[in-house]
Amino acid sequence: MKASYRTAVHDALRDALRDDARVVLMGEDVGRYGGTYAASKGLLEEFGPERVRDTPLSELGFVGIGIGAALNGLRPIVEVMTVNFSLLALDQIVNTAAALRHMSGGQFSVPLVVRMATGAGRQLAAQHSHSLEPWYAHIPGIKVVAPATVEDAYGMLGPALADPDPVVIFEHVQLYNTSTDIEALGPTDISRAAVRRGGNDVTVVAYGGSLWKALDAANELLLAGIDCEVIDLRVLRPLDDDTILESVRKTHRLVVIDEAWRSGSLAAEVTARVVEGAFYDLDAPVARVCSAEVPMPYAKHLEQAALPQVPKIVAAVQNLFGDRQ
Amino acid sequence: MTDKKLAHELLSDMVRVRRMEEKCAELYSAAKIRGFLHLYVGEEAVAAGSLRALADDDAVVATYREHAHALLRGIPMTSIMAEMFGKQEGCSRGRGGSMHLFDASKRFYGGNAIVAGGLPLAVGIALADAMLQQKRVTACYFGDGAVAEGAFHESLNMAALWNLPVLFCCENNRYAMGTALEREHSQTDLTVKAASYRVPTLAVDGMDVEACHKAAQQGVDHVRDTGGPFFIEFRTYRFRAHSMFDPELYRDKAEVARWRERDPIRSFTEQCLHDGTLSDADVREIEDSAVAEIEAAVAFAEAGTWEDAEDLERDVLTPTPEASR
Repeated sequence: MKASYRTAVHDALRDALRDDARVVLMGEDVGRYGGTYAASKGLLEEFGPERVRDTPLSELGFVGIGIGAALNGLRPIVEVMTVNFSLLALDQIVNTAAALRHMSGGQFSVPLVVRMATGAGRQLAAQHSHSLEPWYAHIPGIKVVAPATVEDAYGMLGPALADPDPVVIFEHVQLYNTSTDIEALGPTDISRAAVRRGGNDVTVVAYGGSLWKALDAANELLLAGIDCEVIDLRVLRPLDDDTILESVRKTHRLVVIDEAWRSGSLAAEVTARVVEGAFYDLDAPVARVCSAEVPMPYAKHLEQAALPQVPKIVAAVQNLFGDRQ
Repeated sequence: MTDKKLAHELLSDMVRVRRMEEKCAELYSAAKIRGFLHLYVGEEAVAAGSLRALADDDAVVATYREHAHALLRGIPMTSIMAEMFGKQEGCSRGRGGSMHLFDASKRFYGGNAIVAGGLPLAVGIALADAMLQQKRVTACYFGDGAVAEGAFHESLNMAALWNLPVLFCCENNRYAMGTALEREHSQTDLTVKAASYRVPTLAVDGMDVEACHKAAQQGVDHVRDTGGPFFIEFRTYRFRAHSMFDPELYRDKAEVARWRERDPIRSFTEQCLHDGTLSDADVREIEDSAVAEIEAAVAFAEAGTWEDAEDLERDVLTPTPEASR
């Protein structure tokens, strides 16, 4: 059967609401509007306005309400329209959701799921296009996941809801319209990275929207005789060091793709961990392909120039092989 | 004439808080308690009067000036004191300190050191109660400073919009740290702000413990009867500095002295003795037992133990069955 990322998110939400009466979906325009990205279309009709709850434009307030509700018996899924808006709710996520268990000496866990769209590519300019996942991945006390595939778009929600701690899910805007043939949808492991393509010459690490660019680059590089192993991080916190290190020990080269800005990025963190854990296995310096350090511009050619692209990934990988070309 | 049992309880509550706070100040000077320490001296009538209006299974969300609320909700003074000493016998295992007292068994959700951070949390707790058909009240304490935060407005709006059972208790002590009410609010009658969200309101003399109790009882009854929110502005005054670091450059000594003339403990004691509700012996007994309770609490805290630093990272995430095996 053919399934899209959007329908996978939708079906995951529907199944979660159907399977557990404690699950509540809340956020801006999740109900009557059907979700900004149409991911919750029809759910209001099926589950009613109490459980599919439209909120005012009060990110700080409704994320905090989600935390309180999670503390007191519900399993809220709070949708924040886009990562840039989530900054209005950062206080509640960082100062309360992430800290509560620790500062209460282990008395209060917060089983909250926060979903938001991230990423660029739709010419939405500097306040709707950023990838701020690395900020979230910095915070102890929360888990951060980024589904890149249709399977994960469906399969990550169930385990996130079953998790006793806050889980933040980043859905990449460019992926909603992608689709694949799948046999069946089911829960996926939210503790491990996934090797999306096996290879021997170089490890290419990516996540979210960049995964597909990394895979396209791998196909091109194969024609040039370079066999890439492509790893989808999937879980941005806690990072699955083992999968990455194991791969680097085999390939001896690493390129990290990250749609976030390079400074302080996940690419930086992955690089540091590989340098710490597999330095003597490396045959070449680590390379990174990240977004240009500018607020995202509107004009299409400039936006595309700011983002990691297949040719940049190909060039970065080839550069590691020097004369072998 | 006041009911003798109630008068005894109200006076005893206020005296226990006052003596505990005075002891905390002393222990701070002795470097037994560190970090920030915000004392409630002068405001005792608010917590004593209002908390007694709650039922045992109601929830409380408080601020960083919350020793009184924690104590009067039934957290033993021993574990409060141990927490302030940073001992693992503390009510937050020494992870929270003065500003983060918690007790899940008392439905005491902290202890929040982000001004207005507790308001969305309280609304969320109430949302869960409403959706799970629990006829419980969530009492949310915050100061006049919090009323200037966006979280206040977002929370009152949603509590009213969704008709949620929150008793909003504004402890207006006239200063947001060092900024006077008139210098922080264009509208200094804070009930007007709550009323603009169609939340019913009451303003009460926060130096009069009986008035506080009556107002809270009215508020609690309203919340329980209607399932919707209620707002009380307790007009009170903090006698001591904002925290132990505050040199009080922003207010006159004469102003403080004027308010001290309205000391809620002294005035209520005099009233009870005058109208014969309580005897000198009653008052002496209240004082003596507070002193004994404090001595025991300090001894307990002193005898408490330091958590092994090896356990530093526990309680960041909830242990999974596999991890704890």
